[in-house]
Amino acid sequence: MLTKVSFQLNGKQVSVEVDPNTPLLWVIRDTLGFTGTKYSCGMGICGSCTVHIDGKTAKSCITPIASVANKSVMTIEGLAKDGLHPVQQAWVDEEVPQCGYCQPGQIMTAVELLKNNPNPDDAEIDAAMKGVLCRCGTYQRIRKAIHVASGEVQDD
Amino acid sequence: MTDLKMGQISRRDFIKLSSGSTVALLLGFSINRCESRTQIDEFSFEPNIYVRIGSDDTITIVMPRSEMGQKVYTALPMILAEELEADWNKVRVVQGDFNPVFGSQTTGGSASIRTHYNRLREAGATARMMLVLAAATKWGTPPDNCYASEGYVHLKGTRKKLSYGSLAALAENVEIPEQVILKDPKDFKIIGRSIKSLDTAYKVDGSLDFGYDLTLPGMLTAVIKRIPTFDGSVVDYDDSKTMEVPGVEAVVQVSSGVAVVAKDTWSAIQGRKALDVTFDGGPSAHLNSTDIREKMLNALKHSGEVLRNDGNINVAQKKANKSLELLFEVPYLDHAPQEPNNCTAHFYDGLCEIWAPTQNPGASFEAAKSITSFEDSKIILHTLRMGGAFGRRLAADYTVDAVELARHFSDPVKVVRTREEDIQHGTYRPATVHLLKAGIGENNEALYWKHTVSGPQVGWHGTITGGAPDLAYAIPNVNVDVVMSPFPVPTGPFRSVAHTQNGFVNECGIDALARLAGQDPYAYRRELLRDSPRHIGVLDLVAEKSGWGKDLEPGHARGIAVHYSFRSYCAMVAEISQEKSGKFRVHRMTAAIDCGQVINPDGVWAQVEGGIVMGLTAALHGKITLENGRVLQSNFHNYPILRMDEMPVIDIHIIKSEEPPTGVGEPPVPPTPPALINAIAALTGEYITRLPING
Repeated sequence: MLTKVSFQLNGKQVSVEVDPNTPLLWVIRDTLGFTGTKYSCGMGICGSCTVHIDGKTAKSCITPIASVANKSVMTIEGLAKDGLHPVQQAWVDEEVPQCGYCQPGQIMTAVELLKNNPNPDDAEIDAAMKGVLCRCGTYQRIRKAIHVASGEVQDD
Repeated sequence: MTDLKMGQISRRDFIKLSSGSTVALLLGFSINRCESRTQIDEFSFEPNIYVRIGSDDTITIVMPRSEMGQKVYTALPMILAEELEADWNKVRVVQGDFNPVFGSQTTGGSASIRTHYNRLREAGATARMMLVLAAATKWGTPPDNCYASEGYVHLKGTRKKLSYGSLAALAENVEIPEQVILKDPKDFKIIGRSIKSLDTAYKVDGSLDFGYDLTLPGMLTAVIKRIPTFDGSVVDYDDSKTMEVPGVEAVVQVSSGVAVVAKDTWSAIQGRKALDVTFDGGPSAHLNSTDIREKMLNALKHSGEVLRNDGNINVAQKKANKSLELLFEVPYLDHAPQEPNNCTAHFYDGLCEIWAPTQNPGASFEAAKSITSFEDSKIILHTLRMGGAFGRRLAADYTVDAVELARHFSDPVKVVRTREEDIQHGTYRPATVHLLKAGIGENNEALYWKHTVSGPQVGWHGTITGGAPDLAYAIPNVNVDVVMSPFPVPTGPFRSVAHTQNGFVNECGIDALARLAGQDPYAYRRELLRDSPRHIGVLDLVAEKSGWGKDLEPGHARGIAVHYSFRSYCAMVAEISQEKSGKFRVHRMTAAIDCGQVINPDGVWAQVEGGIVMGLTAALHGKITLENGRVLQSNFHNYPILRMDEMPVIDIHIIKSEEPPTGVGEPPVPPTPPALINAIAALTGEYITRLPING
């Protein structure tokens, strides 16, 4: 039974007709073609699929599409207004990624942290980032990049 | 044209002639000048299979290996660009498809840099010499009057210069030189620099496509309800409810189970939930980890294949003043790359086209050939980006799924795995048990070392014994043997393969021996490694940088380990403490590595960081358990990997060396668990010999 769901994706109004229980992740990826948001666990415990819903992080793999009706969703593709977002730039400058698969989720989580806490210390970074796994082990560089991006993120 | 053809001189001769000398015979790069698959608009000069120089000055370097996060996508082009005297800003990289002209394309064994160092230097130098010859002809001057630098050929003593692009058409007609002159490493401008990866921007803006992200026109997506046991089978299935799920197109039985093919991933997953399959568990339906462990422990009582026998172990055992006996046990491990396995295949016009995120395109190609019986020319295999691999993608099971299934459809079919499938249908690092007996003499000198490895039957015992017989310590009586028992559990290489086990055994064993002798574990190792300067080099460096022997915060302790693997030397010091809950916290890991000539120091640091995290995950958390013939763990809640709040500070130091480059991806893994466990022993007096520590 298909349902029509309308929401904003990266600032643009979109409308899809899908099973209302479909996780947001698969709608973003398969229906709308934004593959920057990654599948990795499907149960909301690894963070690779993290997006922003109305400015707050959410695990898109366990978010039913019906729950984002009329809300604003932002994915990694919508983060930068022009070129790279300061957090993405810090990721490039610190050469954070190895395989890169988890990094969209890492970056979306770091952006929220820096909006709420412009200058986090290591313990605050650990607390905010511990829900996003990186099998390649880039955690030390993530910490560094978040420090580098500190003060660069405005809450908008 | 006097092209040398592959085969006139063997590959062995080629390597022998070229390594260690600045003059090398050229071989094999000329035969496929025109055989590149990518379309090019402008003219391009293709001196060999690895590089194309466009009339617009772009340098296109073909990546012969796979990229999974280890950054060869940048490091291999750096080697070629160095000898080419390319302007690095003009370099772009394309992934090479599967093609036998590249030789082995298997990305494993930490070997990409090592095996391509001479080859890519020679490929770059050949192109450079041809460009110089082209410019000399144009200027009507001997080539000695010309030199190449950063994308131009210059005329000595003048301001005249010609860009590589402007010389491309001329260079095409230059005879390929029979000898190439390699640069003196002192003149390197690119090799040895921490150059940024060429693809990082695409990894942070979401635009880099991994296998899972592949989209093709009309593509269908499938998931498989897999046979849950290792040697079971499908008895019957009822797909009536599945076919009612919107988006589901078909249900097809394949060798790994029953596949649900749908318009999109979620529909396929929903269809699979509705699928009713009856399985026969097969002969190993009752297999469990407890039985496997019992069998491996029993096998220790039997004498195995002797891999090393120095001195006289029996006499030494009787002569020993003090002895120790330790039983080490490690579980099966799953690689759990962040991107689960997947593969896409498309059958059309008598062709089978495959898109595989794989470390081993050759194995996937052979699998496709075996399933289809197609001629080689009818199978096209593209190597895609991998979201991690760590050895898992050396197998070809994901390609088998895609090829078996896609042959039933005219549209392309992508077969994806959910996390649960990926963890429960792995190619696991083998579980092993190890009995170590060692002893010291009257003057506390190391006297004997007897190590028996007991593990599953594997094709080549090195995949469970690697690192055991080549113990580097100068002990007069050494005996190493292996006993293998058959278990139907699929196993495969895991990052650093058997060194994960034997590095742990060797390094905790020698640490325990040092303590038995009442000596400092660093000093004790150093003395027993007196004949191996490169071991001592990393050991001394890590001791210095970690502040070995200096005061620590109360409650903290250090442990040390050093291990040789994949032709590199890596030493590690862990600093730890114990929390009130009893759990151990790792505060700091200091590493020293000697991997010969370094191509990109930042790439080495990244691989050491990653290797340490993988080693810590294995030591603290990693365990695959079998119950009722199937894997118990299913996702990251019961197969945890290290999280940010467990992450120590990592401090890495590289030995400066002009020795040939050696492995980097794997060597940091083996010394990590023993450094941690030796630190715990320094704190508690007890060696933890059964992994994982937390489980």
